[in-house]
Amino acid sequence: MAQPDILNLDQDYKQKYGFYDEIKPVFQTERGLSRRVVEAISIEKGEPKWMRDFRLQAYEIFLSKPMPTWGPDLSQLNFDEIVYYIKPTDRKGRSWDEVPEEIKRTFDRLGIPEWERKFLAGVGAQYDSEVVYHNLAKQWEEKGVIFVDTDTAVREYPDLVKEYFGTVVPPHDNKFAALNSAVWSGGSFVYVPPGVHVEIPLQAYFRINAKNAGQFERTLIIAEEGSFVHYVEGCTAPVYAEEALHSAVVEIIVKRGARVRYTTIQNWSKDVYNLVTKRAVAYGDAIMEWVDGNIGSRVTQKYPSVYLLEPGARGEILSVAFAGDGQHQDTGGKLIFAAPYTTGRITSKSISKGTGRASYRGLVQVLEGAHHAKCNVECDALLLDEDAKTDTYPYIEINEKEVTIGHEARVSKVSDEQIFYLQSRGLKKDEALTLIVSGFIEPLAKQLPMEYAVELNRLIELEMEGSVG
Amino acid sequence: MVAEKTPLLEVRNLWVKLPDEEEYIIRGLDLTIHAGEVHALMGPNGSGKSTLAKVLSGHPGYEVTDGEVLFRGENLLEMEPDERARAGLFLAFQYPMEVPGVTIANFLRLAYQRRFNTEIKYTDFYKILLQHLKKLEMDASFAGRPVNEGFSGGEKKRFEIVQMSLLEPVLAVLDETDSGLDIDALKIVANGVNSMRSPERAFLVITHYQRILNYITPDYVHVMVEGRIVRSGGPELALQLEEKGYDWVRSELAGTATP
Repeated sequence: MAQPDILNLDQDYKQKYGFYDEIKPVFQTERGLSRRVVEAISIEKGEPKWMRDFRLQAYEIFLSKPMPTWGPDLSQLNFDEIVYYIKPTDRKGRSWDEVPEEIKRTFDRLGIPEWERKFLAGVGAQYDSEVVYHNLAKQWEEKGVIFVDTDTAVREYPDLVKEYFGTVVPPHDNKFAALNSAVWSGGSFVYVPPGVHVEIPLQAYFRINAKNAGQFERTLIIAEEGSFVHYVEGCTAPVYAEEALHSAVVEIIVKRGARVRYTTIQNWSKDVYNLVTKRAVAYGDAIMEWVDGNIGSRVTQKYPSVYLLEPGARGEILSVAFAGDGQHQDTGGKLIFAAPYTTGRITSKSISKGTGRASYRGLVQVLEGAHHAKCNVECDALLLDEDAKTDTYPYIEINEKEVTIGHEARVSKVSDEQIFYLQSRGLKKDEALTLIVSGFIEPLAKQLPMEYAVELNRLIELEMEGSVG
Repeated sequence: MVAEKTPLLEVRNLWVKLPDEEEYIIRGLDLTIHAGEVHALMGPNGSGKSTLAKVLSGHPGYEVTDGEVLFRGENLLEMEPDERARAGLFLAFQYPMEVPGVTIANFLRLAYQRRFNTEIKYTDFYKILLQHLKKLEMDASFAGRPVNEGFSGGEKKRFEIVQMSLLEPVLAVLDETDSGLDIDALKIVANGVNSMRSPERAFLVITHYQRILNYITPDYVHVMVEGRIVRSGGPELALQLEEKGYDWVRSELAGTATP
């Protein structure tokens, strides 16, 4: 049994995550996107007509929307080169033994089964377009918790899916939401009944294996009144030096008095365009927390958002981005205050190294009538060297008088004096730098379950290796 | 005198300036320290004392244009700051740096592992760290606090000595560790230093005032003015300085001794 080798610092991404399996998919669509491809996906899945219509409509919206140019450079992303649907296997396991051997080996190598045994309430594992493994511990199933892949949910819980699917992020929201709506596959569907607290995390792991693959999972989480769930996702891909596209949509409904925490440790290989729409709606006294760590990918555009719809709702967004050579992390968050006495906070920490660029992009919007809204935004950027870049785009729109909004932004460089101080105690220069960076992201790390905090620190250490001559 | 042996530190005709400036801060300094000795280096502000401390530890901001520095017979100037530390050189900073988010325990465990070229489990290290904190009368809770963040001036200075105590250097340079300390803290720091005096170890105590030398008795006192050592003597020299002030040395230098 493979150990989760996150403790081994001497391997780089390519060795640890960048491997790929020689597997022959049982089905895949032709390269590029067309109405025929969209239909083929739906037919292969044996979907009901309403979902097929939803997809086709979304495809038209996708065509009608121009490529966004307000953010990072997407001009190298060629929609015709991508394979939009790759089904690796016909089998889907509820035990790892049912998962095809080559695919199981991948997840063993990534340490997922081991983590599941140790500290997770449930695990979903997606491989290219399809979820190959899904399991929820019995005790939660008995309490009425649902944790399945979204395709299964369409078949088995059509009423719940129909009621909520596409209501938080409609297809016309943006070009990539439309794309996802047209070709979506996999993702998690989570339903937590009223008052149920799922005390240990559910985890989904997303793996792209094929070359030029697109992964378009669709996640929907419904937390009924007074419930709690912590959902964690991780992701990696092989290193091909050819672009791959990951464009997910995540929709979360947090009902009155419920609390949802959604944690992402994104570690895509540096070939992946990661263009994701994540949004939650929070009702009275509900709490929605996004903990969003972006380390991998070539370009990431992701601004998890919370719509605060009723009094007492609270939104928390904690975003950490690491932009190394050639990477552009365009991340942040959005809080929409749509009711009185709502509160929120965005904390963003970014680190730029080499030719990397980290941008904070955030929106705080207070709608008319949302009096006594309170919001605080804090952006910290750390530059590790002269060429590294950072920028901030904090949009604030306030249409109500009695509100409290704070915004702070800081850019700092690692100081030579700090490095010298640590070096004078025997630490090598890159160790000193790594320690300073880990201290910088500590506010995020301490929000994570211990295992993830350890992994995040290891990932940062990997990124920092060889960063000084 | 004891038989000749290799000095711990040998500074010969050292010339130092800032890279972009013409003016030298250290101008032909000579200093020899043997194991077991405590040297006090005194001098007015701007005489180059702290620059010497930083150059010895390898601060990258200075340019050494001439001279040599041997540490246990090896060319110190060619070593990286961390190599110097691992070889047994320690600098107690005049202005210790804050490292937000990094706990003392995590930082010093790494430092300990590098200094002694060993691996140590967190729990084992924690016990060792607590002993050193206790010795300097610092609360155990400091182990979990971020390095120097939110510390008072006195706590920072004491924490420097905690680190010295933990890392067991062969040569410790204390850069104005006494400044800003009240008398109680000064005694604690002095006790920390005195408890570490040994025939294998040496100290270079840099100070502006004679006060700390009441508690740490030096074997040699040097007076530094304008980048070089102008007088050396025993402990009595410090008392003379205290009495007559630095102008006394300056005026002697200029050859216009006061009547």
